Amino acid sequence: MSMTIALAGNPNCGKTTLFNELTGSKQHVGNWPGVTVDKKDGIYKKNKEVVILDLPGTYSLSPYSAEEIVARDYLVKDRPDAVIDIVDGTSIERNLYLSLQIMETRVPMVIALNMMDEVEARGDRIDCAKLSEELGVPVVPIVARSGKGLKELMDTVIEVAGKRRESEQARWFDEELKDVIDAVADLLDGRDPDEKWWKALKLVEKDEVAAAALDPARMASVKELVAVADKNADGDAEAKIADARYQYIGKVVKNCVRKAHKGHVETKSDKLDKILTNRILALPIFAAVMYLMFACTFSENFLFVEGLPSPGVWLAGIVEEVWGLLAETVVSVVENMGASEWAAGLVASCLDGIGAVAGFLPLVLVLFLLLSFLEDSGYMARVAFVMDRIFRHFGLSGRSFIPMLMGFGCSVPALMASRTLESDKDRKITMMITPFMSCGAKLPIYAMFAATLFADANQTAIVFSVYMLGIVVAILSALILNKFAFKSDTSNFIMELPQYRVPTLKSVLIHAWEKVKGFAVKAGTVIFASTVLIWFLSSFNFNGMCDMEDSLLASVGNAIKWIFAPLGWADWRASVGVVTGWIAKENIVATFGQLFGGVSDEMVEAVMAGEEALPAIGEVFNQVSAYSYMAFNLLCMPCFAAVGAIRREMGSWKWTLRAVGFQMLTAYVVALLINVVGNVIF
Amino acid sequence: MTLRDLKPGQQGVVTAIRTAGSMKRRIMDMGITPGVEILVIKVAPLGDPVEVNVRGYELSLRKEEAQQIEMK
Repeated sequence: MSMTIALAGNPNCGKTTLFNELTGSKQHVGNWPGVTVDKKDGIYKKNKEVVILDLPGTYSLSPYSAEEIVARDYLVKDRPDAVIDIVDGTSIERNLYLSLQIMETRVPMVIALNMMDEVEARGDRIDCAKLSEELGVPVVPIVARSGKGLKELMDTVIEVAGKRRESEQARWFDEELKDVIDAVADLLDGRDPDEKWWKALKLVEKDEVAAAALDPARMASVKELVAVADKNADGDAEAKIADARYQYIGKVVKNCVRKAHKGHVETKSDKLDKILTNRILALPIFAAVMYLMFACTFSENFLFVEGLPSPGVWLAGIVEEVWGLLAETVVSVVENMGASEWAAGLVASCLDGIGAVAGFLPLVLVLFLLLSFLEDSGYMARVAFVMDRIFRHFGLSGRSFIPMLMGFGCSVPALMASRTLESDKDRKITMMITPFMSCGAKLPIYAMFAATLFADANQTAIVFSVYMLGIVVAILSALILNKFAFKSDTSNFIMELPQYRVPTLKSVLIHAWEKVKGFAVKAGTVIFASTVLIWFLSSFNFNGMCDMEDSLLASVGNAIKWIFAPLGWADWRASVGVVTGWIAKENIVATFGQLFGGVSDEMVEAVMAGEEALPAIGEVFNQVSAYSYMAFNLLCMPCFAAVGAIRREMGSWKWTLRAVGFQMLTAYVVALLINVVGNVIF
Repeated sequence: MTLRDLKPGQQGVVTAIRTAGSMKRRIMDMGITPGVEILVIKVAPLGDPVEVNVRGYELSLRKEEAQQIEMK
């Protein structure tokens, strides 16, 4: 008989470690519908009939974050056969708060008391039998990292699965509260008494989501009952409920937990934290960690050694070389077989499309090995702690710093790093603005214009100003999006600072591998399809194969160039450049090389490096329109690879299109302003 | 007195939470309920947020949030 077991627990309680231990490599990662929250499921290693579903880590079942809503909807509506509630034994009081809320749903459950090794190392004792007796739920001590106790845990879960728990009243509420909840439950429809009771409880807690699901007439009666409850609870039944849970937990913990030391004891983790978030040292350490992370992934002169590639660049180079060689061989074989020019072209473009995906994989891999390490070690929470003061002004979390910083290297891994953000809103805004950080592939465009049109000016200052423009636009965008697009979400910064722990290699590897696989599959199709499409448009017209000058793409460029007239560059070649830039931004230089007089590949390379000018583009651009064009390509839709990453992370086409639409609009408005203001001044 | 007024190393007992709605719920969900002891550990390098110990774990919150928590 197959069954579904859900894993629930606080963030940082070792839930993911347990999930990895139970499922091994047999897991599937996706998104919960409509939100950027991971949905992970897998098959239990030792019993193929058991599906294990990893719910998002939450502290409670309140309706205030996407994670909480996902978790509670699943528990109440989809009703798994059983829940494993993972409780971190080192902060048992706070963890049991969620346990009580899960018990209130009356789903069959087992508590897995995790981190028992750390509890013992502190000299503390937890009496599991007593705890189980008091709570009325089986409690199994485990150490998820080493796999200790997992067999007993799973045996216990399979034992309770599907068995209806007797509908005992939640003991932690007093008679008065219970009466109100029962009275509210009587007003509700539905067959399942457990679900009705739970909904009634939520209504007494003034839960907005539960209230919204009720018709106004009945809501009025509910409100009357809740008003009475409020009066009996010094004006706030909601607070009384939370308090009742913690009171009960306090009693249980007092009976079952024996602490070796009274009061606050300084752990090794606390000592480490004193250094890492020290008043003076915190910022230099933070800067060093960020630099190392960026350098490991993107640097071509790693650790300031000239010409020494970083692990990321080194791996990317190998992939590129191997793929290039392979593609070349395949194309020449196809040509030798006597294939027509278009067939060989199609094969080559398909290979390019796959190569475009493959080339990003090493960067994603290296960045996520590092990110998982930071996340699992507990340092990531301190990043937010240290940077919050700055980022809150833009309506973002301190954690947004990492995706935005990585954006200067490559948007693809940067966008994927947005997953480390805590709130759905922050993740979405960060994804929308991360491409405004000028990535490495955009530099050749600036180099070309700087060398050609700003030869007399301070070229470094021009290029630097484009980078700064991106940062300023990103900040303004965050402010605008926060104010208008996401105004209903309130942000707070009430966040756990978990104990520092040495991450397990297995967790880090599995996480990085998941990201690589997810990108290759989900983003890969977008990248592949669009690369082939643009190749087709740029190599064909209605009479068959042709040069780019006569292609469908050129016709499109001609047809749409008027749109860009207000930006100062109503030229079909400029429009075509924007489109080929979506394959990879540096393509703009090669496209211009070809369309403005057909220069050699060596020349294109030199222009990209800013060593040579491309005087022919002076026909179309002056300094103002060149700057407008740079700004437009900086801000408009990023390359298809990045769009694929946005699609993968947003989990919906609707949000992907919103993000791209926002970027296009921003690009147009900023470029327009530059052109108008620039022409007034110069 | 509120939690904001406590200096690192100082300790107090929560008497009430002043704010309402989602912020109050979040504060209570994280274990800050009337009667609980809170120890202030440190202030972030840029002066905000603060780190406190409550119910045996470390929690960070902004000063404006700490100001909503009445202490004695």
